[in-house]
Amino acid sequence: MTETPVTDHPLTRPARLPAFALALAIGAFAGASTAQAQSAAAEGQKLAFDRSKGNCLTCHAIKGGNLPGSIGPELIDIKSKYPNREDLVAIITDETLRNPLTVMPPFGRNRILTPREIDAVVDFLQTL
Amino acid sequence: MKLRSAVCLASAALTLGAVTFAGALPFRATDKIDPVADAKAFQKFFTDKFPKVKYEDFVNGPYSMNEDLHRQWQEKEQFPPYEFSLEMGKEMFSKPFKNGKSYEDCFPNKGIGIRQNYPYFDEKEGKVITLELALNRCREANGEPPFSYVRDEMAALTAYMAFTSRGKPMDIKIPNDPRALEAYQAGKEYFYTRRGQLNFSCATCHVQSPGERIRAEILAPALGIVNAMPIYRSEWSGMGTTSRRFTTCNSQIRGVPLSPQDDEYRNVEYYLSYVSNGLPISGPGARP
Ligand code: HEC
Ligand code: HEC
Repeated sequence: MTETPVTDHPLTRPARLPAFALALAIGAFAGASTAQAQSAAAEGQKLAFDRSKGNCLTCHAIKGGNLPGSIGPELIDIKSKYPNREDLVAIITDETLRNPLTVMPPFGRNRILTPREIDAVVDFLQTL
Repeated sequence: MKLRSAVCLASAALTLGAVTFAGALPFRATDKIDPVADAKAFQKFFTDKFPKVKYEDFVNGPYSMNEDLHRQWQEKEQFPPYEFSLEMGKEMFSKPFKNGKSYEDCFPNKGIGIRQNYPYFDEKEGKVITLELALNRCREANGEPPFSYVRDEMAALTAYMAFTSRGKPMDIKIPNDPRALEAYQAGKEYFYTRRGQLNFSCATCHVQSPGERIRAEILAPALGIVNAMPIYRSEWSGMGTTSRRFTTCNSQIRGVPLSPQDDEYRNVEYYLSYVSNGLPISGPGARP
């Protein structure tokens, strides 16, 4: 509706996610190597900070990010806290499975991030 | 196991609050609808969570949650940014329509000092009537076109009506009519239902996280959240009605907002106003 005012709030912008991109993404993930994982960490940081994608800064303080929110805990020492990357994948995919009352959005289940994008974000988290 | 305890720890405070709250606010259809008990539990939840906030201060939204902001706000109130809107509303309010009548003729007490009674449940129609809706109905009944619910004219009229009611305790009634209870309950369910791509309910932000920063914005507590409407927001460089605020909150969660004054929004406003009964009207408000 044209009546609806639009602000440039961090959460306003819709994420677009065509199905074929998902298929591509899964293919790419299958072939990932260590070298790719390194560049994936940089890509993961971009995704985590991007307002229309991860937008993690809305709730978490993260090294290198500006104007963080305070709804979630600071993301720090993640590598030592979660040595098993599958745990991080699970948190980002659908945190409501561990904590039904969490305010953290289910990025995987609601297709905000593709599996490959989640993987890149996890690579980034493991550098923290 | 390790994982689980870490999460439990991290979210202990939040979870605890929410569980206590959920206990007081059951969702099962078979449960008895009890607005009196709801309101008591709702107010207790916030006063327990924020023991340092003065009770009447909850109506000041984000300013009640943060001392620095509170100081800035008091400075701002010296030259309130909603002043122009208030002037405009005052002028519009007594100015006759083409048929010679005016808004004064549509409301009890000529519309002065009555904001705290809205929204009310209309037993003839079987629906919730908000102040914004009543204003447009007044216009239409007098042969004038309705105003947009999200723009300046509606904000100005409601700002003036709120101003003449400042300090009066919110006083929402639920008449002895099963449909009124249903409207209340529907509003409550809407408020606590998660939706949108981000899976947020109104309560996710305004019950679970008030006082926290979402990026740079400090979230207002749900208690007294409508008492300051309409509000001037620097971010909007202008005034916003209750309709504008509700639809904006819904787009923030990447959900599709309802039309302003949709039945569901009217019910939510009825619920939120009822559980804030007793808190003073503070509108119009100014926000960062
Ligand atoms: C709307 C708020 C919100 C957003 C957005 C959000 N989170 Fe969270 N996150 C939380 C909360 C709250 C917790 C605490 C645990 C819980 O609630 O279950 C959490 C917990 C976590 C944890 C566990 C931290 C720890 O120390 O145990 C990780 C890792 C995490 N989030 C990563 C992310 C990433 C990566 C993103 C972006 C892709 C993100 N979060 C976006 C709210 C959010
Ligand atoms: C993603 C988080 C989020 C959700 C979900 C949300 N809001 Fe908000 N809301 C905000 C932010 C941010 C503000 C501006 C800061 C503030 O005043 O709280 C706000 C402000 C408001 C205000 C004005 C409060 C004031 O004093 O300035 C009202 C009223 C309101 N919201 C109602 C609702 C209702 C009703 C819903 C559900 C339909 C809802 N909100 C859902 C984030 C949210």
